[in-house]
Amino acid sequence: MAQRISVDISRRGDNEPDGSFNCPACGQRLNPGELAENLKVCPHCERHLSLTAGERIGLLADEGSWSELSASLRSADPLEFFDLRPYFERIEEAEYDTGLTEAMLAGTARMHKMEVVLVVMDFRFMGGSMGSVVGERFWRAVEHAIETRFPLVAVCASGGARMQEGMLSLLQMAKTACATELLSEVPVPFVSVLTHPTTGGVMASFATLADVIMAEPGALLCFSGPRVIEQTVKEKLPEGFGRAESNLEHGQVDMIVPRHELKDRLVQVLGMLEGGVACALQPLWEEEAGPPGGGGALAKAFGRIKSFANPSRRPPQG
Amino acid sequence: MPTLPGVHLKDEITKISQRLRELGGAGERRGRSDAWEKVKLARHAERPYTLDYIEQMFPGFIELRGDRCFADDPAIVAGLAAYQGRTLMVIGHQKGRDLSSRTYRNFGMPRPEGYRKAQRLMRLADKFGIPVLTLIDTPGAYPGVAAEERGQGGAIARSLVTMARLGVPTVAIIIGEGGSGGALALALADRVMMLENSIYSVSSPEACASILWKDAAEAELAARALMLTSDDLDELQLVDAVLPEPRGGAHRDHAAAARIVKEALEDSLRELELMHPQERRRERFEKFRRVGVWREDGLTLF
Ligand SMILES: [Zn+2]
Repeated sequence: MAQRISVDISRRGDNEPDGSFNCPACGQRLNPGELAENLKVCPHCERHLSLTAGERIGLLADEGSWSELSASLRSADPLEFFDLRPYFERIEEAEYDTGLTEAMLAGTARMHKMEVVLVVMDFRFMGGSMGSVVGERFWRAVEHAIETRFPLVAVCASGGARMQEGMLSLLQMAKTACATELLSEVPVPFVSVLTHPTTGGVMASFATLADVIMAEPGALLCFSGPRVIEQTVKEKLPEGFGRAESNLEHGQVDMIVPRHELKDRLVQVLGMLEGGVACALQPLWEEEAGPPGGGGALAKAFGRIKSFANPSRRPPQG
Repeated sequence: MPTLPGVHLKDEITKISQRLRELGGAGERRGRSDAWEKVKLARHAERPYTLDYIEQMFPGFIELRGDRCFADDPAIVAGLAAYQGRTLMVIGHQKGRDLSSRTYRNFGMPRPEGYRKAQRLMRLADKFGIPVLTLIDTPGAYPGVAAEERGQGGAIARSLVTMARLGVPTVAIIIGEGGSGGALALALADRVMMLENSIYSVSSPEACASILWKDAAEAELAARALMLTSDDLDELQLVDAVLPEPRGGAHRDHAAAARIVKEALEDSLRELELMHPQERRRERFEKFRRVGVWREDGLTLF
């Protein structure tokens, strides 16, 4: 379910003439030029401000290597959804404000020359909500990764399912989960990067189904958002609830990676995952022949265990 | 959600919602007008819950408990049932009826350990070739601090892949409230069916109203907009069948409701058991892969 989550999005009219504004975390004056130079990380308090999909691709992809997949997909309005404004109007506005076609872009790119399939979400596009197009783009990205054997990197930022597509949105969780299950049948690494905020249906589907889960410092990562919890269960929230650091402490993510190190770390981990040797096993009791002779110490040890299992070869008891 | 520049939402909201109400709302089309009635019926306190169906359908049911990690979650009941010469694994959300059982069952809102118990028992069923029946009836996964710390999102996600992976036949029936991800976690099945007066929704109408209308009181409107009734889901082709309820609703006659569920289960299993496990799995993937409506090169695709 999509939920209300505040994100630092600079709005038109917020800024001073020179474009400077106050850091939402520490209140220090920030100059956009310097901030961009620092990858939109506040130099005073290290707060990682939200990146747009374009900025994220710029951060991760080698220059000129990005090539978009399923770019022609656009949302439809199957429910003829009505709330305060028609769904199409909201989409058009999001397209206009973000210059994007949906809340997720999918494509291929090179990262330090490593070919990858890269999907990137943008919270500015209707709260990064997952509807039919996000689900289909993710599915096709996975198919592309399976065909090409390029690793998959998914950078998440989402408030959850897109309510304007009703159950079609909720079922994108099932769809993307099936996609990751297909992917898990081949030795193609899948790493997700959870950025502020990743919540709801995305958190409860592909984002948490990756082989390795990275998080950006300070990102809010949860299924139910803080407001939902406070309102429905009247529970007092602990300091830092749902943040990346708390997720790390509770074993929900593998590591927190500062933005400056993200690309290097991704390439490093993907490379290490790809460096293995296929070792598909047969069930032991179905094995036709024992381990080949002249094996290493392990194989020999294995042979010994086997001889113990066969009563006729069991050494005579004391 | 960011406020839009130049639009004063509060006034707009009042104006538009009033207009919608006057016009009877766009929601009148396609027979959505009874959506709120369905929401109330789906939440009816006398409606049969999972254990009521189990009592009617599976005498000698053996409950299996615990996730082997942290706890047993009473908001999900699961266990073995003898059924027509075979064994079934039955897993369902469980609400309580009186104050103490409601609290004990956490109002049918599972914590991560509930989903982990479900996964464990689905894998167990798979190992022994036992078909899985899930009964869905929850307002949603429990929104709590501890539940989050124990990985609510990941637990739901892993329930989804666990169901995707199963070789055994799986049947999911929404018997009451199909609330959001917490419901879907048990519903990635070969056959997904809804009882006539059940609902299945991306969000509760109340939550949807408070987010999109900024006013929880607009829940009735939201219920219509969301397309959450069995007829709606049937129209969107997101369920395999809608099961008619006894006259007046399932709460009037638990035994009759159970007979209907049993018949639907039987029909589904008869079909599914004729298929090769591989074929079942491929069809299941195809079915969920197809979900979605979008435009591509100027065409709207279902
Ligand atoms: Zn700062």
